[in-house]
Parts: sequence; structure tokens; C-alpha cells
Amino acid sequence: MTTLVPSREDVTAPHGGGPARRPALPVSAAIAVAVLAGAGVLSLLVGARAVPLEAVWDPSHPLHPIVQVRLERTILGFAVGAALGLAGALMQGLTRNPLADPGILGVNAGATFAMVIGMTALGLTSMGQFLPMAFLGAAAAAVLVHAIASLGRDGATPMKLAITGAALTAGLASWTTGLLLADRKTMESFRFWQVGTIGGRGFEVLLTGLPFLVVGALLALTGARLLNTLALGDDLARGLGRRTTRDRLVIALAIVLLAGTATALAGPIAFVGLVVPHVVRSLVGPDYARVLPFSMLAGAALVVVADTVGRVVLPPSEVQVGIMAAVVGVPVFLALIRRTGRAL
Amino acid sequence: MTVTIDPPVTAPPPTRDAADVVRRARRAPIRHHRRLVAGLVLVVLGAFAARVLLGDYTVTIPDFVRILGGEQIPGATYIVMESKLPRAVLAVLVGMAFGIGGAIFQTTLRNPLASPDIVGVSLGASAAAVSAVALAGWTGWPVSLAAAAGAVGVALLVRAVAGDHGGFRLVLAGIGLAAAMQSVIQYVFTRVDEWDVQLVLRWLTGSVNGVAWPTIGLLAAVLAVLLPATAWAARSLKVTELGDDTARGLGVGRGRTDLLMLLGVLLVAVGVAAAGPVAFVAFLSGPIARALNGGRTTLLAAGLVGAVIVLAGDYVGAYAFADLNLPVGVVTGAFGAPFLLWLLARGPTGRRAA
Repeated sequence: MTTLVPSREDVTAPHGGGPARRPALPVSAAIAVAVLAGAGVLSLLVGARAVPLEAVWDPSHPLHPIVQVRLERTILGFAVGAALGLAGALMQGLTRNPLADPGILGVNAGATFAMVIGMTALGLTSMGQFLPMAFLGAAAAAVLVHAIASLGRDGATPMKLAITGAALTAGLASWTTGLLLADRKTMESFRFWQVGTIGGRGFEVLLTGLPFLVVGALLALTGARLLNTLALGDDLARGLGRRTTRDRLVIALAIVLLAGTATALAGPIAFVGLVVPHVVRSLVGPDYARVLPFSMLAGAALVVVADTVGRVVLPPSEVQVGIMAAVVGVPVFLALIRRTGRAL
Repeated sequence: MTVTIDPPVTAPPPTRDAADVVRRARRAPIRHHRRLVAGLVLVVLGAFAARVLLGDYTVTIPDFVRILGGEQIPGATYIVMESKLPRAVLAVLVGMAFGIGGAIFQTTLRNPLASPDIVGVSLGASAAAVSAVALAGWTGWPVSLAAAAGAVGVALLVRAVAGDHGGFRLVLAGIGLAAAMQSVIQYVFTRVDEWDVQLVLRWLTGSVNGVAWPTIGLLAAVLAVLLPATAWAARSLKVTELGDDTARGLGVGRGRTDLLMLLGVLLVAVGVAAAGPVAFVAFLSGPIARALNGGRTTLLAAGLVGAVIVLAGDYVGAYAFADLNLPVGVVTGAFGAPFLLWLLARGPTGRRAA
């Protein structure tokens, strides 16, 4: 690292690799969009019943209804994946923590718990009512985890954050189960949601959540410069004229909106937000102006691909996307722990 | 259990008074430990009696004795023999297994966070057991074997990932694997045709509800082998606690430590095979027993504390809410997590806390 501020020409890998030869921005963007489109087409065609390509645009084709159902599911997958990828990148930047992820740090669990409270105790029924609860829960969990991990001499180290998040997730899971046991009907409808799934959710659900996702994404994308400066450390960021507290609040708000909505729409899906930013950084460098949009694209592609693979990997049943995400994510998590080693 | 690590005394014998003082200072912890164990045994007995006799259906002590003697009392016999007594016995056995297993982990790894339920060993056992039960249709001791295989597999994997660095890296690797194991369990649930709430509660959160006597007998038999073996292997625990290098210098090799860890893994695995991964019992028992014992490690007391926790958790879950029967794992999870958070908030890095 010769310069303090990563410029577009001289980007270095976050984990100490030398300047690497990377494809130019338009090439990367084209690749990302192509991958995304390919994932979308695959998701329409592949499943328990394979669909030929012409059924996609021919409304009279006998298999066209299947395509329509899969289209809803694919669009939901894109939205949720983009939100999770973006939220993960934001969290990793905000906490300067390679292990950050809305699932690992307990934000998803907080949103889940708050939504279950809403269903069982307050009698909420519609997605529009769930969303505020999810935001409340996500925000409360994020604040709590960060506050507890910050106590002590060494502050909020990645290790302490992750362990605190896991502890909170475990505790909230118990409380959630307790609430659900008191209300079997809610439990039945929770069965698949709790694992993390984008199948059979319907389109209006997505439409309710979409405005929040858009606002969260806009806040996030304007936050790229904030994250780049925060990456230098608080003192330096303040020296460069940033108001770090306000910056952090803006980004935290974006995280809560994105992770809360994603959880409300598809259930608690972990590890997407962990894996995606690391892959993206290794491809486009550490500049958040690039990491954030590419994390969106890659997250969307990952969730849709995971969902598609989950449909066919173990027939006859379907493996939920939350489980597939863990299958992909846990090895990456373990590899990160090994690589980061003592630095954590 | 005690190991003398002092070199033989060669200096001239000190005066009688000084020797007396030293002897008394050395005996005090032992005596304290004896008193603690006796007290805990009484608490376990009290909790056991409360669990069996009280609750929404009260059984008098003479009635209980008559039921045990084989007499048929309409209603009471069924409730005691099929619900209350098996639950209480299983709670004691599982609590002992988890408490001792957890304390072994925390002591040999020298980190209170490195308990089997946090580093994924319990969930590994549970994932293997639920796969065997729900997908392969196994029952009886093969389930315990599967659970043991799952637990050992996760333990080895955590160790491989963490390498020589213990501490936080090991805990983090365990958390990741715990998440993976949870996904496996949830996948198994989606595979079973009928949504069986009991199955979910048992294998995801842990429950002592509705366990048949043969399962309890199997657990008791396995524990009858494992617990003496643990007591034998734990003789060097006080040396192991000093760290790898020091322990080796004092003549306790890694082999002994590994054997003790294996026993800890097996204890947790057979407990999980019977009652599922009851959350946080393994994690809580060790530090509580340690604090009660004046900061000294004690496996026996940890096991007794575990038994008390499971008994009390089951009692609260069964009777605290009028029309709601919560499994013990939900109760221990709901109250164990705040303790874990408190431990994290308190300790500088979590090492040697409590």
C-alpha cells in the first residue's frame, strides 16, 4: 500500500495481495450482467419439471404457467439476493470486519423474532404490517450486538462481534420457538419461511417490500464514499472532514432496511452477505464504489442459482435456498477464519 | 482426582505450626469441594422430587413409594411412570452428561466459550441422529452411534480448521459449523412427509418429553461406562489446565488430553441421542460449578449443576405457562443466551472468565 486512499488505478487486495491485473470496469460489468441473465434463464427453465425455452415466450404453451410461477420466484430471488449481498458488503465496510453478515451478526434473527411477536402477540397478518416489525427487530439486534461486543478493552473485534451475534441468534431462536409453540397455526405457516425460501411467496409480497429495498439500495450506493473513508480508520476519516457518526448512521439505516426487508420476504438467509463481498472484492478490488453495485449483482445471481440448484439437487424434495446458502457459505466462512488467522 | 505437582520435599521439615497452616490451606479447597458436591446432590434430589411429585398433578410421597413398588393407582401410576418419572430421570442423566462434557471442553481448551453446544458438537450429534431417525428409520443404539459419529466428525473438523490456535478461532469455526449442522437438521425436517412438531423440538432445541424407558436405560448404561472412564482420564485435568507446554513438561502428553476430549464428545453425543441438543446446558454448567467451587475446576459439580439446570428448565417449561408445554431446550436457550452475552460483555477476551 503506497497510497492511503485506494485510487481506481492502484487497487490492492484487502488481504495483502499485491496489485493484481483485473479486467476493466466495462468488462466486469458485462460479465456480471451476463451471469445474472444466465442465472435468471436457468431459474426459469430448471426444476422438478424442466421447461423448454419456447415455453418462456409462448403464452399458449402448456408449460407456460410453470414459467410464470418460476418468474415470480426468480424476481423475488433477485431482489432478496441483491439486498443481502449489499447488506453484507455494507456491514463488512461499516464494522471493518471480514466476517460480518446479517445472518452471522444476529440482524436476521432480530427481524425474525420481531415478526413472530407481531404475528402471535399483536395479530398482524399482512406483509405491510410485518415490515415495520422486521425493521425494529433488525435495528434492535444490530445495536445490541454492537453494544455488547464493544464493551471491554479491545472494542468490537470481528471475533467478538461474530460470537455475540451467534449468542443473540441462539437466544432469539429459543424465544421464537417458545412463541411459536404457543401458536401452532403460525408455526405451520412458518415451517418453510424459517428455513429461508423464495418459493411460493407470491408477487404482491415483493411489491410491498420493494420500496424499502429501493430506498435502502439508494442509501447504500450513495454510501460508497463514506465506506471508503471509514476504511481508513475513524481518526483519519474525521481528519478528512467526514462526520463519522452521521455516516455510520446512514449506512446502518441502509443495512436495517435491506436486511429487514430481505428477512421479511424470504426468511433468515445467512452467509450470502458474507460470501458475496469477498468474491466481489477479489474481482474488482476494494473500492466500495465498485464493491457495492457488484455485490448487488452477485448476491442476486447467487441466491437465484442456489435456489435453482436446490430444486434439483436432491429429488424429489426441494432444498430451501437458506440451506443451500449455508452449504456454499460455511466453507467460505471457515476458509476466511483460517486465512485471517491471528489478525482477528 | 488430585495430582501432586510439587517436587518431593528435601528441605528440613518446617516447624509444626507452619506445616499445620500449609496443610490446612491445602485441605480447605478439598473440603469446600466435598461440601459443594454434597450440597448439589441435595439440590438435585430436591429438584428431582419436585419434578416427580409436584406440578399440575401432585403425588404424595407414600403414593409415590407405592407406585414404585408396583401398585396400580388409577391415573397416578400412569402419570408418574410414563411422564413424570422418565422425564426427571432423563433430565438428571442428560444434565450430568452435558455438564461434565461441557466442563471438559471448557477446561482442556481453556476457554469458557468453547463448549460443545457453541462449537457445533451438540448440533453435529443432533444432525447425525435426526438423519438416522427420520431418513433411515433407525432406533435404539444405532442412533447413539450415529450421534457419536456426528459429534466426533464436527469436533475433528473444528480442530482441523482452528489448527494450533485455540481460543477465538476455534470458537468461530465451531459457530460456522453449528450453522451448517442446523441447516442439515432443517433439511431433514423438510424431507419428512408429516410436519412433526415433536421431532423438530427434540432435534433442534432438545426436549426430555416423551422418551421411552429403553432409551433412558441405554443412556444410563452408556454413562455407567463413560463416567468412570472420565473420572480416570480427568486425573491429570489440573495439569492440562496449565496449558499444552506446561502440561507436557509435567509429564502429561497430548494423548491424555485427547482421550479426555474424546470422552467429553461422547458424553455430549449420547446425551443428544437421548434428548436432543438441550441448548446451553453444557455451556452454563462449567462456569457456574467453577464459581461455586471458589474458582477451581470441578467436573463432578459441573455434572450436578447440569442436572439441576435441566430439571429446573423442564419444570419451568412444563408448568410456568398454564396451557403451554415448552420443551426444556427452549427454556435453557432463552435464559442461557443472556448469560453468554453477559460473559462476552464482561470478559476482556473471554479467556478464563468465570
